[in-house]
Amino acid sequence: MAMSYDRAITVFSPDGHLFQVEYAQEAVKKGSTAVGVRGKNVVVLGVEKKTVAKLQDDRTVRKICALDDNVFMAFAGLTADARIVVNRARVECQSHRLTVEDPVTVEYITRFISSIKQRYTQSNGRRPFGISSLIVGFDFDGTPHLYQTDPSGTYHAWKANAIGRSAKTVREFLEKNYKEEHMESDTDTIKLAIRALLEVVQSGGKNIELAIMKRDESMKILVQEEIEEYVTAIVKEKEEAEKQKKKT
Amino acid sequence: MGWIEILDRAEVVTDKHHIRGSTGGGEIRRAPNLVPLRITCLPNDQDKMFKLSDKILLLCVGEAGDTVQFAEYIQKNIQLYKMRNGYELSPKAAANFTRKNLADYLRSRTPYHVNLLLAGFDETDGPGLYYMDHLSALAKAPFAAHGYGAYLTLSILDRYYRPDLTRDEAVDLLKKCIEELNKRFILNLPSFSVRLIDKEGIHDLEKLMPVGAK
Repeated sequence: MAMSYDRAITVFSPDGHLFQVEYAQEAVKKGSTAVGVRGKNVVVLGVEKKTVAKLQDDRTVRKICALDDNVFMAFAGLTADARIVVNRARVECQSHRLTVEDPVTVEYITRFISSIKQRYTQSNGRRPFGISSLIVGFDFDGTPHLYQTDPSGTYHAWKANAIGRSAKTVREFLEKNYKEEHMESDTDTIKLAIRALLEVVQSGGKNIELAIMKRDESMKILVQEEIEEYVTAIVKEKEEAEKQKKKT
Repeated sequence: MGWIEILDRAEVVTDKHHIRGSTGGGEIRRAPNLVPLRITCLPNDQDKMFKLSDKILLLCVGEAGDTVQFAEYIQKNIQLYKMRNGYELSPKAAANFTRKNLADYLRSRTPYHVNLLLAGFDETDGPGLYYMDHLSALAKAPFAAHGYGAYLTLSILDRYYRPDLTRDEAVDLLKKCIEELNKRFILNLPSFSVRLIDKEGIHDLEKLMPVGAK
């Protein structure tokens, strides 16, 4: 029934599914969580850091990659596939600068990445990329953007989103707690991303990797101490909220 | 410290190394701001210096069009290296990369007819100046020049260059070269843009306009 239609990617099933693409989306759901929040003056990407083996050097496990001085992305899914996509995107960013003398807009590079992904859903003998990505950055006119792509090659703009394992839980948290006024403050935007990740990450700040980009600045990966500061602030706020609730 | 002086198709480049290494060295480059065309003069705001990275400048002269094409191509590839690897190419590596590209194109149907000076500051090696010509020769030099102006200025540089010049002495030596050109060179070169590279990065110095030149 479904079996014979998922062999070759180029074949539709009778009920209109491309099974390979859907299986790719399953692969994404197994990847570690990534969350993105678009503030007014800062964009934030946070990823769940899988605990590394004792002998492993954790600097080589980077899930947040800069594509250019004004754009960076995080992904969920097959790391090896992501490496290819990121490399192509980086070349395209420089190629764009060479031909039109302007840095890419976030939408342009998202569209480029999505086109690559879509091409692989329509080619013979190739399988789709097993990654969803969150692409954030500032256009040269200063507007911040957050886009999400998935293995099918579709992309959408978001104010805040999550991909990977437990993405649904995180997205629901974001929907409940995203407040437009808070996005004016850089600290609140960053805190929202960390709070969202803390929902699903075990053992707190140690397993979070966070990168931020402020307008006209390049991407900055926060060091562990900075993340711990935010986490302590968040924990304190939670305790205050609990105390308030107990009082009333 | 090092410094470079470039004059249109006649370019003069000088570079110095601060051997005693107390405050670190730097390099200065200069390029004229006009394009002489037979007897007329086309004012040209085009900057002949291309910023390859925070501490590397590429000065590219030669065939019109080839210069910008080649320099921008190298510039974007250096940036791509930075994006892919998380750190920038050293000046020595950038110079060799540029030379390799020039060499590959040399024996193709579409060689680039450009003469280059690459100046950069390396954290460990200090300032460095690399001379490259259109036949893809590469040489690290304390001072260098391209073009007809070289015949005049290299002599000045030979005479007055010392490896331990300070920043101000280097600028003065540059001015001496320009005075010489102003006096003896057939083309009128009224203004020069000057840049300096040191451990803090690339700095624009004030434009030099030799007296008597229009």
